[in-house]
Amino acid sequence: MAVCVAVIAKENYPLYIRSTPTENELKFHYMVHTSLDVVDEKVSAMGKALVDQRELYLGLLYPTEDYKVYGYVTNSKVKFVMVVDSSNTALRDNEIRSMFRKLHNSYTDVMCNPFYNPGDRIQSSGNLGISLSCRAFDTMVTSMMIQVC
Amino acid sequence: MADAVLFEFLHTEMVAELWAQGPDPGPGVSAGPRRVGGGSEGRDEKGRKMNLSVLEGMGFRVGQALGERLPQETLAFREELDVLRFLCRDLWVAVFQKQMDGQRTHHQGTYVLQDSSFPLLVPMASGLQYLEEAPKFLAFTCGLLRGTLSTLGIESSVTASTAALPTCKFQVVIQQP
Repeated sequence: MAVCVAVIAKENYPLYIRSTPTENELKFHYMVHTSLDVVDEKVSAMGKALVDQRELYLGLLYPTEDYKVYGYVTNSKVKFVMVVDSSNTALRDNEIRSMFRKLHNSYTDVMCNPFYNPGDRIQSSGNLGISLSCRAFDTMVTSMMIQVC
Repeated sequence: MADAVLFEFLHTEMVAELWAQGPDPGPGVSAGPRRVGGGSEGRDEKGRKMNLSVLEGMGFRVGQALGERLPQETLAFREELDVLRFLCRDLWVAVFQKQMDGQRTHHQGTYVLQDSSFPLLVPMASGLQYLEEAPKFLAFTCGLLRGTLSTLGIESSVTASTAALPTCKFQVVIQQP
């Protein structure tokens, strides 16, 4: 069950960030911000290692006492960061991977929406065109926060 | 399989529609003459150039979306050459159902991608006929390449040239930051 989900553009500014307990949101923003360094470290480490397999899923970035932070980078250098509750020990790697895959699919759908300008924030504004696929993105993230999928 | 021709028909209509919005509106177009200023020759030239960049812009946006969707299942690209290879194989197969024939590298980040039977030019002619009409049929594809490269993190400029239909070459110049 994700507590916070963030989508970060390749220029390292947030395209979408949402957390469930809406008080203390700033704490999650800081966590996501610090995780960006770890993501960069992992990506450059992967680049130097002469490994044939180069995965998009980065795995556990760093644990804190209450939360665990996972990361995923797409080929377009867009980063997904997910913060989950440490107490929820039932979450396995496979489930995190499938959650990231769903995120990636929804993000690709938003990108393919002709009314979405790449680089804009993903939000349901008053304009009907943009909000349809962003609403789908929102709904998908909500379902990830309510239950493990 | 009628799938391949659907895009070809759409592309032909796109070019016809956007090209006809010059000083001389063709049949079935409701646009008025463009007022760009200057004499009719000046208007003609500017109108034509703007149409090509409109086509290229459309290709760019499509390329951006494709650059997000197509590499979804593949592993991360390690270097420029991987990205170029992806363009020649996966992108070309997805859009035109065939791979690109040749890829050559010049120094300083210039690549020449060659297709000896480009599907959008094949129905037109074979040889030197219609050579001057070819550029407008290549504009969309240039934008497509540029858009895909941009999503994958490479800023570039793409130009196309034909020596004889249906062979064409796309020259990709990578902007150094």
